[in-house]
Amino acid sequence: MAGIVGYGAYIPRKRIKADEIALQWGKNPETIKRGLLLQEKSVPGFDEDTITISVSAGRSAIARAGIDPQKIGALYIGSESHPYAVKPSGTVAAEALGIGPEVHIADFEFACKAGTEAMFVALGLVEAGRVDYAMGIGADTSQGAPDDALEFSASAGGAAFIFGRDDMVAEVIETYSYTSDTPDFWRREGEFYPRHGGRFTGEPAYFKHVLAASRAILEKTGLKAEDFAYAVFHMPNGKFPMTAGKQLGFKKEQLDTGWVVPTMGNTYSGSSPTGLAAILDVAKPDDLILITSFGSGAGSDSFVLKATKRLPEVQGLAPTVRSMLDGPRQYVTYGEYAKFREKIIVNE
Amino acid sequence: MPSPRYTREIPSRYRLEAGRCKGCGKVTYPARTICPSCRGEEIEKINLSPRGKVVTSTVIHVPPDDFLMEAPYAMAVVETPEGARLMTQVVDCEPSTVLPGLEVSLEFRLIRKEGKSGILCYGHKAVPVA
Repeated sequence: MAGIVGYGAYIPRKRIKADEIALQWGKNPETIKRGLLLQEKSVPGFDEDTITISVSAGRSAIARAGIDPQKIGALYIGSESHPYAVKPSGTVAAEALGIGPEVHIADFEFACKAGTEAMFVALGLVEAGRVDYAMGIGADTSQGAPDDALEFSASAGGAAFIFGRDDMVAEVIETYSYTSDTPDFWRREGEFYPRHGGRFTGEPAYFKHVLAASRAILEKTGLKAEDFAYAVFHMPNGKFPMTAGKQLGFKKEQLDTGWVVPTMGNTYSGSSPTGLAAILDVAKPDDLILITSFGSGAGSDSFVLKATKRLPEVQGLAPTVRSMLDGPRQYVTYGEYAKFREKIIVNE
Repeated sequence: MPSPRYTREIPSRYRLEAGRCKGCGKVTYPARTICPSCRGEEIEKINLSPRGKVVTSTVIHVPPDDFLMEAPYAMAVVETPEGARLMTQVVDCEPSTVLPGLEVSLEFRLIRKEGKSGILCYGHKAVPVA
């Protein structure tokens, strides 16, 4: 048996309200807020990227795990906004976290599920006995084209999870992956912004994969929706995860804690992992937790976890997701947002 | 900053590694091989706490080229609990609010980019503690 021994998250302090973006493009803010269930989203500063988010989340994970980072034998970062096209994010993060040089590192990419991909492989290596501890991180500074629906959701943040066999805070009971070739959202090499298939991203993509993976893992474990204390599904907007959860038989109370998207936005690879971190911040021993990610292209990873009696001992050892969402924030105008996201062309 | 120099500075920039003199206890950041206080040569490696207090500060309105988009921004000398002092940007706040005595945490951030196609240089910046 293996599971999570430490976890951490990071969300930048800068925010932009949905109203501010809507007014810029002549859209009705109320229609956007009602339709997508989004109030505001996090914005990365000039000095925040996938690497810095990974390091901040990773430091919290190490603090909660209480282990020597030198014992971490594998580090995987899943993102679709790695700062370098060629040069791993993981090497910078490992140096900053005090991990290595005896460590296996790789950067993963699978649209929004790259984070759970990293977690999946980290868990597998620990279960196989190849390494004592492995860290999987999902982090992004998501891109969204100006005047695209994505601009209301694409945000920044991430979460890190250390897997191990002893002193777990949550055991991994089961995993399941479901994947198919579905061109619902993509970004070609050299393009700055991703493109998507509009409504095609819904039923044939998000719902097909999220529902299939979740139903399969429930069947595999013999568990029902009512057995779980919490569930979190990938959050491209506020509406999709709530709809998927309800179709699977989950009630709003089971979904609310991990449903961080209304004020965080969609942190792509960091989305469902950050929702999981928010759940671990408050879960009690023996609580069952379901997490199902979704990555366009397309696929879903599902995990069933069970909180242990050690979890309450570590919850207060690092900042909680809620403290970062509701804590000090700096609201920016659309002009400042365009500057921070480097959407303005300036002279060299 | 040329890449080789940046690489050599990774321990102090990424992990806040400093040196403490075994003779007189003086903490130096980055670590030195000879203590500037007692000339002792036995220096132990320590990691600074990622927090401190602003000793003095200023606001930069006319920055170097690499920081043009960030102006105005606050620069400060921050003292950590170990007594080490480092010069750093103070971010995620109104620059004029950065004054001596302000408690800050030190967070891992992108410091600058080596032009449009060079390496990315990381290190620590200060953020006011809520």
